[in-house]
Amino acid sequence: MKYDLQPTLPPPANSTGLIGWLKRNLFSGPLNSLATLAILYFLAISVGPMLKWALIDADWIGDSREACSSGGACWVFITHRIDQFLYGFYPETEYWRIDTTFYIFAACIAWLVIDKTPYKGYVAAFTLFVFPVIGFYLMYGGGFGLDVVETHKWGGLSLTLILAVIGIVAAMPFGVILALGRRSDMPIVRSLSVIYIEFWRGVPLITVLFMASVMLPLFVSEEVSFDKLLRALIGIIMFQSAYMAEVVRGGLQAIPKGQYEAADALGLGYWKSMGFIILPQALKLMIPGIVNTFIALFKDTSLVLIIGLFDLLAIVQAALNDPEWLGYSTEGYIFVALVFWVFCFGMSQYSQGLEKRLQTGHNTR
Amino acid sequence: MSTLEKSNQAQFMIELRDMNKWYGEFHVLKNINLQVQRGERIVICGPSGSGKSTMIRCINRLEEHQKGDIIVNGTELTNDLKNIELIRRDVGMVFQHFNLFPHLTVLENCCLAPIWVKKKPRAEAEATAMEYLERVKIPDQALKYPGQLSGGQQQRVAIARSLCMNPDVMLFDEPTSALDPEMIKEVLDVMIELADEGGMTMLCVTHEMGFAKTVADRVIFMDAGQIIEENEPHEFFNNPQHERTQLFLSQILQH
Repeated sequence: MKYDLQPTLPPPANSTGLIGWLKRNLFSGPLNSLATLAILYFLAISVGPMLKWALIDADWIGDSREACSSGGACWVFITHRIDQFLYGFYPETEYWRIDTTFYIFAACIAWLVIDKTPYKGYVAAFTLFVFPVIGFYLMYGGGFGLDVVETHKWGGLSLTLILAVIGIVAAMPFGVILALGRRSDMPIVRSLSVIYIEFWRGVPLITVLFMASVMLPLFVSEEVSFDKLLRALIGIIMFQSAYMAEVVRGGLQAIPKGQYEAADALGLGYWKSMGFIILPQALKLMIPGIVNTFIALFKDTSLVLIIGLFDLLAIVQAALNDPEWLGYSTEGYIFVALVFWVFCFGMSQYSQGLEKRLQTGHNTR
Repeated sequence: MSTLEKSNQAQFMIELRDMNKWYGEFHVLKNINLQVQRGERIVICGPSGSGKSTMIRCINRLEEHQKGDIIVNGTELTNDLKNIELIRRDVGMVFQHFNLFPHLTVLENCCLAPIWVKKKPRAEAEATAMEYLERVKIPDQALKYPGQLSGGQQQRVAIARSLCMNPDVMLFDEPTSALDPEMIKEVLDVMIELADEGGMTMLCVTHEMGFAKTVADRVIFMDAGQIIEENEPHEFFNNPQHERTQLFLSQILQH
């Protein structure tokens, strides 16, 4: 018997294209249409005045509040104090040291993030192992002819970035080890991991920071007591690694049992099967969770203001108390929010790109 | 339990002596006794839940037995990790769901264990892998990822991956049960070829009775955690002794 192939026809009119899209998504029913109109109205009355205040009527240049006379936002407050917001109380003549550290770091990250750059492995190793040493000597000094800049002079955005980057990078390996420990067959290793994770997840970060800065010195003698920034960092890392461990555990549990069995059957031992088979697949699944944790940590760093470290938020708040500039808190907080948003949005975008790129063989065994 | 030396390895490739296993309270395997000669090809069949998969999974310690002895190639399987590793090097396994590593290419799947467990140089491992991929008739897929292959192709890769370790024993755990009907043949063909070459000890849990008839030296029938009957295939299929075996065969051979 013979049969003819049916021709493929275009879809009915009005079901695709702009009109189809509008109909389907914005005006699919009376309630939906009403909601669309209400939202459009709200946007019309709010966005216009906001833009007028923030951009059109705003003042940008000047060096005192007298420059702000147009009635809009007074960004002069920000531009006038931008150095302090970026560098904290770091001596002005030494700003180049922070700049250099930042540029080296930014170059490394760009190299790693951009697709198809060669020698990624070497650059990653440099960023992880060599850069911290360079960064330390540049920022803190005390060698190579650089003066020591005590950490209590650090502040602003540079301090926020230091806390976030070190916290993120150091919490990752601890988190992986804790997650493996929690899934270990060895009872002691497992219970220690569980106790650690549940303890740190059960206390608020503020408490951890308080403990690190206020209570620790009470217990530890004067000579042993160390730098406040370092104490805060250790607190953040311990806190964060517990969260990271749970994200990693979620990823490990999502790997089908067959993968463990196949690795076992081939005679790969525990570490090899973890390193080659399980973790590479699990990390791929964990990207959204990891980035989520990173973003949360990045914003949580602003909590260090309660132990007297001047991160970006703290230093802007301090500047708001300057009698010269009273009344510009809106501008200050918008600036802080915008800076945080740019970094967090960047991380989120990168993670989405990474997820897409790594999709070699999901949904298959 | 005595620790056996490698010296008496000539006797049997695999020996199970009064082997018992429990899942919690549930007694899965009861007093299993089995001796497998070097190069022998055994098909294990039986209704689902009879413990046949569990039994062969005990042989490379994917499952732990609680009582009795398992001796593979002269090495006794105990909690000693060294012995387990030793046995796993000699015993390859093919799973129902292939269990290929989805993040690695076909070639990398085949080379990983030879490079990192047997410490072979990469070039040599790759050459061996290509040789085996040719034998399972998919050398042209070497650089693809498992997700890009059909089920039958994936299972053939899984067979090649196990063969790359040069095992003395191959365990097949229902290798065709998860495949679409038109792909079963290509996998069975590869397994028949492997059996015809000789030398390889094969234990295969399967419902493919045609395969059992052509390839097996011995067919084992299991039910409720016990070996009910074993015989060479002609006798097994034409003259089953045990009532339970007769019932099972009448049920699966009807269609």
